Amino acid sequence: MANPSAVCNGHLHHHHNQKQNNLLKSGISKKNGITKGMKKNGVSNGTLYKKTFIEHFEQAPMYVAVFTFVGFAVGTIFGYLRDFMRAWGLEKRNIAAEREQQKDFVPLYQDFENFYTRNLYLRIRDNWNRPICSVPGPQFDLMERVTDDYNWTFRFTGRTIKNVINMGSYNYLGFAETDVNALKTVTIELEKYGTGVCSTRQEMGTLDKHVELEKLVAKFLGVEDAMVFGMGFATNSMNIPALVGKGCLILSDELNHTSLVLGARLSGATIRIFKHNNMQSLEKLLRDAIIYGQPRTRRAWRKIIILVEGIYSMEGSIVRLPEIVSLKKKYKAYLYLDEAHSIGAVGATGRGVVEYFGMSPNDVDVLMGTFTKSFGAAGGYIAGRKDLVDFLRTHSHSAVYATSMCPAVAEQIIRAMKCLMGLDGTAQGLQRVRQLEKNTRYFRRKLHEMGFIIYGNDDSPVVPLLLYMPGKIGAFARRMLEKNIGVVVVGFPATPITESRARFCVSAAHTREMLDTVSTA
Amino acid sequence: QEKEELIEEWQPEPLVPPVPKDHPALNYNIVSGPPTHKITVNGKECINFASFNFLGLLNNEKVKSAAQASLKKYGVGTCGPRGFYGTFDVHLELEERLAKFMRTEEAIIYSYGFATIASAIPAYSKRGDIVFVDEAACFAIQKGLQASRSNIKLFKHNDMADLERLLKEQETEDQKNPRKARVTRRFIVVEGLYMNTGDICPLPELIKLKYKYKVRIFLEESLSFGVLGEHGRGITEHFGINIDDIDLISANMENSLASIGGFCCGRSFIIDHQRLSGQGYCFSASLPPLLAAAAIEALNIMEDNPDIFQTLRAKCERIHKALQGISGLKVVGESFSPALHLQLEESCGSRENDVKLLKRVVDYCMNSGIALTQARYLEKEEKCLPPPSIRVVITVEQTEQELDKAASLLKEAAQSVLN
Repeated sequence: MANPSAVCNGHLHHHHNQKQNNLLKSGISKKNGITKGMKKNGVSNGTLYKKTFIEHFEQAPMYVAVFTFVGFAVGTIFGYLRDFMRAWGLEKRNIAAEREQQKDFVPLYQDFENFYTRNLYLRIRDNWNRPICSVPGPQFDLMERVTDDYNWTFRFTGRTIKNVINMGSYNYLGFAETDVNALKTVTIELEKYGTGVCSTRQEMGTLDKHVELEKLVAKFLGVEDAMVFGMGFATNSMNIPALVGKGCLILSDELNHTSLVLGARLSGATIRIFKHNNMQSLEKLLRDAIIYGQPRTRRAWRKIIILVEGIYSMEGSIVRLPEIVSLKKKYKAYLYLDEAHSIGAVGATGRGVVEYFGMSPNDVDVLMGTFTKSFGAAGGYIAGRKDLVDFLRTHSHSAVYATSMCPAVAEQIIRAMKCLMGLDGTAQGLQRVRQLEKNTRYFRRKLHEMGFIIYGNDDSPVVPLLLYMPGKIGAFARRMLEKNIGVVVVGFPATPITESRARFCVSAAHTREMLDTVSTA
Repeated sequence: QEKEELIEEWQPEPLVPPVPKDHPALNYNIVSGPPTHKITVNGKECINFASFNFLGLLNNEKVKSAAQASLKKYGVGTCGPRGFYGTFDVHLELEERLAKFMRTEEAIIYSYGFATIASAIPAYSKRGDIVFVDEAACFAIQKGLQASRSNIKLFKHNDMADLERLLKEQETEDQKNPRKARVTRRFIVVEGLYMNTGDICPLPELIKLKYKYKVRIFLEESLSFGVLGEHGRGITEHFGINIDDIDLISANMENSLASIGGFCCGRSFIIDHQRLSGQGYCFSASLPPLLAAAAIEALNIMEDNPDIFQTLRAKCERIHKALQGISGLKVVGESFSPALHLQLEESCGSRENDVKLLKRVVDYCMNSGIALTQARYLEKEEKCLPPPSIRVVITVEQTEQELDKAASLLKEAAQSVLN
């Protein structure tokens, strides 16, 4: 474990995990603050769930929250102090500045916007954007960076740190590999097709590779038809506006990804947010929407669409699909499921949350996913009934204005999917899925035994570990790097301010020893 | 009780409206094999006049071998956004090379061309800011503006007088409320070479307006990067303007560089902001390294052979001249623009009929070995819909005979279909 006391900002922050550890070890499950126990839903909704659905969302003891706020407050005060000194020329200005000729233009950035960036983010900036120089597999090589002036600029020393265990890349099934045999077809296709496409889908950009890929995706998911796009983020932001418009209602989860939020905003429909994974809140919103209609005119809504994700990347929780489907059928709404993290990662044969809950893919109206995470490529897809996909072929913004996917990347997806479906003759696909499941359970169990606070569902390969205090974010990441483990820490803008966390992504390519090394570090 | 009835009665619209079977976009051309100079469309071999492969780099051996080498080293995908171990040394190298090539301080790479400008604009322009935009701006710019929620003022295409009028109006508004004026940012967004009309923007006048009214300029160079200018640096080189005068240049690498993705370049002061607030940068996976390596190699080729730009321009002039005087079709675009439009001289009345007529011309040409396409738009979503047209793209690889053949074929097609 890390140092018992980490010195940050000149203040001593004691390591609180030790205290919790002691409590657990002595068998006392009561904590000093509010404890929300584990939610076990196998009993209350026994008919809907075939497996027990265990999710943990323990809350931290009160003193941890207090210390977190204090930490941020201290950082803020120092920030003001430093700004003051900079304005008066007592401290050097290190950031880039506006051009001389344009000094009297309206300033491009508000001073306050940058406040957080300048003072709090900059201190621990070296934990993000770390460049690597090898394949992002279970281990990689990091380029070493040092900073001479407290993170304002970085300098590469030219050396590389080899064989850092990778707990940050979204490499769930381990398809990010450079094995020559595995990549044989991709090499051939790259030679044949070149790298770009230079045209949009509707003009001259549909290659036979795209058609092959779409058929394969549809078969893999068990739906009628599918359409692929060049970028996962763009898939959401360009297709939601094509499906809904003014006069429709979008009900989206609190913690939806930025691409979903952007797509919803661009569509012009009314957006209402329900609490994360909370079915009562969703049901109430649905009832109110149907009964009262649109806000001012009281006319009925044209369509109601529910936007959820399969696995939420910051929480690690899995959507309660059976309940949502029953609600949707009762109130005649449409369901849009974004399986960016869950496709390939959950489910008995890797087909996502739909399979995990044992449901039929025809229950979900729009199945969306990305190929970046589990398949080691890039791009996104939307699948569903044939008339839906035909509509998207004609009306999606991406089909008309954006270039199509690179054919070599499409080949990588085809090969990965064939491997998963077992079409290439080996059982390797199934093996990878099983390995991922085993690794996930093992890792979660181990961390839980050690007393850390872990969020999320037991079966999700995304493992967020809570560190609350701002000082710990930097200290944790740096210590892990010293021990040759690369982790990802997330702080304020992406997570609520008191709940910064380190996020581990388990992969099928991790071996047990690697997981052991990480958990004991 | 009443509530239950209401819930029972309510019927939503179907999720998607049915699409007629003969919608032109449903039966699109399937290309087998690489979309290079000779292209096999729907089983027929044609000469490619429809892909934006301006410098012919799609089939270049050096580019392909660079991509192969990077495939062996890095695999295909990057499995993560730039912030979480998705930054590879190839990305950093590509950013440096682009910045050096364009002679700016810094560059930033996006993994998708459409997302480049659509994420760059909302990073700077927020609610309450004012953006002056040309009418013929492409769809990606329109989406970026919509996402930014700023006040948008359209000015007539390439009409500097109209723009000046709008700027003056804004100035009088400002004087009424000086405190607010001090914090509203103002931007002009223009394209170097417009995709919808094929002409260029009058950049020197824009610079003068910029300093007179204190507005910032965002320039979108998707079609002009690698085409205009002595060394292919785009419209700033073409007009001989200091590149620091433009605040932000954004381009996509999908046209001249035959790769996928986009980049923005400019001064560090401006570009660095996008690293934390550009949505397509922070929340999306980074560009696959093989595409980045291909782009670096393409840049090398561009730097080593600066005379291909001259050749391309000569070919454009040639075909522009050859296409004049086709009865029934008029050429829209500058003489040195490699992406032209052919529009109907007189419309038949409705857009649908125009589209059908143009489709017959295109089919005639495809049957005789020249692959063309119609310019596609989303009819209901565009702010100012351009008239239907055929898109003709000139690349460096087309020989003079092929250019002449294409011109004569178009003349024949127009004769037979339109008369």
